[in-house]
Amino acid sequence: MSSDNEDTTSSSESEGADSVKENATLEFIENLSDVPMGRLPSNIEFQRTRVDCKADAPIHTDTFQYSGAYSSMRVENSFLDNFCDNFRVEVIRLTEDEMEFDMIGIDPALANAFRRILISEVPTMAIEKVLIANNTSVIQDEVLAHRLGLIPIKADPRLFEYAENNTASEKNTIVFKLHVCCERSGQRLSVKSKELIWLPNGSEFPLESQDSKTGSSSKPKTYTSFTCSQDSLPEFSSNPIAPALGDILIARLGPGQEIELEAHAVKGIGKTHSKWSPVTPVWYKMLPEIVLLEDIEDQQAEKLVAICPVKVFDIEDIGKAGKKRATVARPRACTLCRECIREGKGWENAISLQRKKDHFIFTIESSGVFPPEVLVTEAVKILEEKCDRVISDLS
Amino acid sequence: MEHGSLSDPSQSTFSLIDEDHTYANAIRFTLNQDPRTKFCGYSIPHPSDNRVNIRVQTTGAAAKEVFKDASQDLMVVCQHVRSTFDKAVVDFRMSKSVNGMDIDSNN
Ligand code: SF4
Repeated sequence: MSSDNEDTTSSSESEGADSVKENATLEFIENLSDVPMGRLPSNIEFQRTRVDCKADAPIHTDTFQYSGAYSSMRVENSFLDNFCDNFRVEVIRLTEDEMEFDMIGIDPALANAFRRILISEVPTMAIEKVLIANNTSVIQDEVLAHRLGLIPIKADPRLFEYAENNTASEKNTIVFKLHVCCERSGQRLSVKSKELIWLPNGSEFPLESQDSKTGSSSKPKTYTSFTCSQDSLPEFSSNPIAPALGDILIARLGPGQEIELEAHAVKGIGKTHSKWSPVTPVWYKMLPEIVLLEDIEDQQAEKLVAICPVKVFDIEDIGKAGKKRATVARPRACTLCRECIREGKGWENAISLQRKKDHFIFTIESSGVFPPEVLVTEAVKILEEKCDRVISDLS
Repeated sequence: MEHGSLSDPSQSTFSLIDEDHTYANAIRFTLNQDPRTKFCGYSIPHPSDNRVNIRVQTTGAAAKEVFKDASQDLMVVCQHVRSTFDKAVVDFRMSKSVNGMDIDSNN
């Protein structure tokens, strides 16, 4: 400890030092570069736009929807203002029943709405009622009916109405006939979906109750009441209705077995039953971005390349003979298995796995009813209709 | 259906039948984008009810109008998505067919 004398001197000194320090702090604060107004600091911008995937869990996963979230920094967190300028769609792959595209500049709330509508609210036609006249196969009637229900029907549902307890008419029902039998002396037989034959005139089974009375009338009453043949309608005459795929297995028949039935397809949506879902799957993922924060060289680089199951990384040679460095070659392929950052903090600090929050890679597989690009358009239209309905309900 | 108070139109709950997360979450997003919104959120009272309740409180404007505007915004967004998407598909087909022709002519 020090003496009093020293103490006083030191205290007076420290007072001086204090004021100097204060000045220095003030000066430091005054010399700080301005907090950029109208622009977010990089760390906050990072939180806003990226999901950061750590070894144990991803962080910054939520989106900042509130328009005033950054008002203290004079940043309008508004998406709608420049949505039209920023929004982009890039088609990557498009075939008859599969499509991959990037939707850029949209919030997950909307991307997810489109996805949900695609799965459960875009209407299609599917077999709903099966009238079985004869079924001696080993498949029970109800199982057979279920299998039939799942066959996608290639018919444009926009041309049909919902049946909803109405009588079956040419506007809401498609009738198929299936009649196969396996010869007693023959081989076992596979019944495929191509054997479903479209009946443009409606059901051919007469209504039992009518049977006896209407002997003389011109047309016996059947299970449907079509006023005209669907064949004669211009929409269908050029492209007849059939199952989307011809080689879906319905049943196997042994010698002597027979199936005779009529299947009535109606319009519905996937929410009611997934047989009406027009997509097999539809999913999106956010665009992966992988940033190497440190150089990963030589043996470590080779290890990294080997460890990634989808080959995201490559090796490049750098300057000196034999020196190698890992590079990120195919970030899009990353599945976020996190294998590359699993082994210890070192890896986690060197590799940053990120997801861009406003960039969605959509993949759609159509069940064959609609081409995938039509499905997307339909889904967006359905969301528009919802808005329209709400607005008119409230007005 | 709107449940609000007569004296204070700036806060209401909208109860939509036959809607679910699809619409509610999307509309919550566009509502949040509106600077007039003070609070908004939604809940589905029971999973087997086809109903969703959307709560809107505003800084002063009528909640109903804000809600309607948000629906309108959502609709405009959808229209833009649709036209952009259609254009992207057409562009893709064009570039595809041009490339296809290139291959043909090279042969
Ligand atoms: S997370 Fe998995 S897929 Fe992605 S880069 Fe790492 S190892 Fe490869």
